[in-house]
Amino acid sequence: MTSSANTTEPAVAATTKAGLSSVKLLLVLVMGIYFGVVLTKSEVVRWQRVHDMFLFREAHMYLIISVGIVVALISMLIIKRFKFKMLDGSPVAYTPKPFHKGVILGGMIFGAGWAITGACPGPIYAQIGAGEWIAVFTLLGALAGMYCYAALKPVLPR
Amino acid sequence: MNWIMQPWPWWVSGVLVGLTVPLLYILVGKGFGISTSLQQIGAMCAPNSKLDYLRSYDRQVGIWTLVFVVGIAIGGFVATHLLSSAPIEFLPSSYYSFGGAIRLLIGGFLIGFGTRYAGGCTSGHSITGISNLNWPSLVATVFFFVGGLAVTWGLGAFLFS
Repeated sequence: MTSSANTTEPAVAATTKAGLSSVKLLLVLVMGIYFGVVLTKSEVVRWQRVHDMFLFREAHMYLIISVGIVVALISMLIIKRFKFKMLDGSPVAYTPKPFHKGVILGGMIFGAGWAITGACPGPIYAQIGAGEWIAVFTLLGALAGMYCYAALKPVLPR
Repeated sequence: MNWIMQPWPWWVSGVLVGLTVPLLYILVGKGFGISTSLQQIGAMCAPNSKLDYLRSYDRQVGIWTLVFVVGIAIGGFVATHLLSSAPIEFLPSSYYSFGGAIRLLIGGFLIGFGTRYAGGCTSGHSITGISNLNWPSLVATVFFFVGGLAVTWGLGAFLFS
């Protein structure tokens, strides 16, 4: 039908106009469940673990974050070195996050919230899913903070 | 199989956290990050907002972030109710109070504002950013800890007593 029709293209590659295909969204859901289980079983989701990290009482959190970075780093070096393709054949491309004043100011603000709630964004969802209903307040606060940032973005230093 | 029901050691956890980055790239071609889901929710709630940050956000492209965090919530349920031999204490019981709820609201506000201002959180900056040798992500991570340590050591007696 179209001149460039590629009949061997797998169904996985079929992408809707802008978002991911339903097959890929299913894979995203599976990866989310995987990550939620890992966050919870590693106890990264516990306020006490985060508190003990900031108090330098235990190395648990530092070790998990460090090992996570090293494993991800080696994986990405392998992917880039051997030019691994994604399942649908397109190349893996990292979009760099740029530097601006918000990286410092926003970073400190987030760190403060992390210490108070004992949760970074991932654990908020894991806590709620696990039935820790009071973490809904953390999520509501996070949404309010996001909205406040959306409103102030034009005037914040960058 | 008894070990799986206990809290997992740091090295197992660290490896599994790190593998999330290549897995998400290979399977769906997305960079691992979580705090964008907040912007996604905001844009879905207010698609015609006067705020450019919400209006010009592509909700179609970003829908995967919402699917991912729904998965995290399911994962939290599975890990707690099917893969744990003992209950997990997520938050200290002191948070189950009016003052505790206020603290979570304020802390949550700082998380939402801070991660969006910084352009990422522990996953997008610390894990994905640093592993892709993106130096601003290393700066962000240092300042995550500057903020967290300042609050814990500076206001700890006031906040956590």
